[in-house]
Amino acid sequence: MTTLLALDASSTACSVALWQDGKVTGAFEYAPREHTRRLMPMIDDVLAEADVSLAELDALAYGRGPGSFTGIRIAAGTAQGLAYGLERPLIPVSTLQAMALGTHRQHGAQLVIPAFDARMSELYICAYRCENDQVTALMDEQVIAPEAFILPSACEGERFMGVGSGWMLASSLSQTIRDAVSRSLPEQEPDAADIVRLAAAMFAAGGGLAPHEAIPVYLRDKVTSRPK
Amino acid sequence: MRVLGIETSCDETGVALYDTEHGLLADALHSQIAMHAEYGGVVPELASRDHVRKLLPMIEQVLKQAELSRADIDGIAYTAGPGLVGALMVGASTAHGLAKAWKIPVLGVHHMEGHLLAPMLEDEPPEYPFVALLVSGGHTQLVEVKGLGQYKLLGESVDDAAGEAFDKTAKMLGLPYPGGPQVAKLAEQGNPTRFRFPRPMTDRPGLDFSFSGLKTHTLTTLNQLKAAGTLDDQARADIARAFEDATIDTLTIKCRRALEQTGLKRLVVAGGVSANVRLRERLCEALAKRNIKTYYPRGRFCTDNGAMIAYVGAQRLVAGEHDDSTMRATPRWPIKDLVPPQS
Repeated sequence: MTTLLALDASSTACSVALWQDGKVTGAFEYAPREHTRRLMPMIDDVLAEADVSLAELDALAYGRGPGSFTGIRIAAGTAQGLAYGLERPLIPVSTLQAMALGTHRQHGAQLVIPAFDARMSELYICAYRCENDQVTALMDEQVIAPEAFILPSACEGERFMGVGSGWMLASSLSQTIRDAVSRSLPEQEPDAADIVRLAAAMFAAGGGLAPHEAIPVYLRDKVTSRPK
Repeated sequence: MRVLGIETSCDETGVALYDTEHGLLADALHSQIAMHAEYGGVVPELASRDHVRKLLPMIEQVLKQAELSRADIDGIAYTAGPGLVGALMVGASTAHGLAKAWKIPVLGVHHMEGHLLAPMLEDEPPEYPFVALLVSGGHTQLVEVKGLGQYKLLGESVDDAAGEAFDKTAKMLGLPYPGGPQVAKLAEQGNPTRFRFPRPMTDRPGLDFSFSGLKTHTLTTLNQLKAAGTLDDQARADIARAFEDATIDTLTIKCRRALEQTGLKRLVVAGGVSANVRLRERLCEALAKRNIKTYYPRGRFCTDNGAMIAYVGAQRLVAGEHDDSTMRATPRWPIKDLVPPQS
């Protein structure tokens, strides 16, 4: 029996999910600026509801980004502390990939472009192909101005579903991208339930890291305007 | 009680283990100074990112150093503020995660209370009550300390902190960041009689400080010499000396005044600027004849460190105080708001 716990605080939502051999339970709340207050009680609730103790976990996972820098670090710190303390591996999971899986599971979409508003007139964005809960990236995750985003040439003629806060900026995307997207769901946020499903597949494939190696992925690495 | 202390409020990652019976067991420090130097100051986002990379390996390091296992830890203390909110959050979340895994209490503590009580880690710690001068890049405060959590703010800087004035002076003199210690070094070559800078707010009663006028005076002097074409290396050293003398005199005058006002006989000096050797000499000389004893943390505990956080956390945790499930990060948190341990 494999038991995994996943946390996510990368957006205005806060979520926790538990995997027990394919059965997923969890909690999801819109909690803008409340992650530091809500995360721990949500972990307690999710574990209590399933009658699982921390000691029974085989590994932990968290939404490693991209997303809110501070939010990602709240999840990273908590997950690292828990994993190090319990002497368990930690699995960092892409929040964009988790959004693709969620859209695939809920809406049957096979091609998904998740995008988050990265502020500074940019998006965190990627494109995925999803089949039977398997999610394959079609390109590298990017932080990019909406108008500069292009799909790989192999995707020509394909129809995608858009998901995530980045789609609020859809009008700034190129006409080609807008034409390739049949529908978008800008209200969706990442959910630990999808993170824990991806983590389960990674864990089965031996994908757990030592907790200190499971660090956030910000995508935006230029964080100061001062030249070096 | 053995307490793990975690400090991530600014640009140093500090981790330490303190035992209420055996004292400090281990401590580790990673400074980000070199990383921020190329930007001329602390870049908060870079600071937060670095804390995430360093914290767990440093916790592992102190456990090894102390030859302890995870099961030997009875409590965790972390800096909850004041400081950079993103940086504080790294320590707060990691501490809460660890404490949950280990099923032990966790407590967010006040960074300046850590500095204030850092001399308690020395072989001859001060007894309560005492007057404390907290003097760093972010603070210049005189505090009357009656006991743990019993602090009365006697005076503070109305503008720049003393350490900030040191750093800004360094910048004006073309010295690399962070400039405080560099100004002190340059001042050693300076002629103390060539310039006399003002001692701000010493000619009137009260225990508040102001260092921004002194900084302006330094700039004016520099510009005058530059215009006259006489700003050579010696002149720079003379200015550094005049600035340092004025700052140290001002701090000394106010300390003396605070001790007179409170009638106390012990002075604690803590924070980054307390490492300044000439400040220590000057205070010692000015106060010894008044039968006042001064206490300092050892050099590496003058600046931010995990040991002072472990110490303060241990005092409060042992009294039964601890966090609920909320990770605390309080960027602004006046020291006068602190209270004795609450169980």
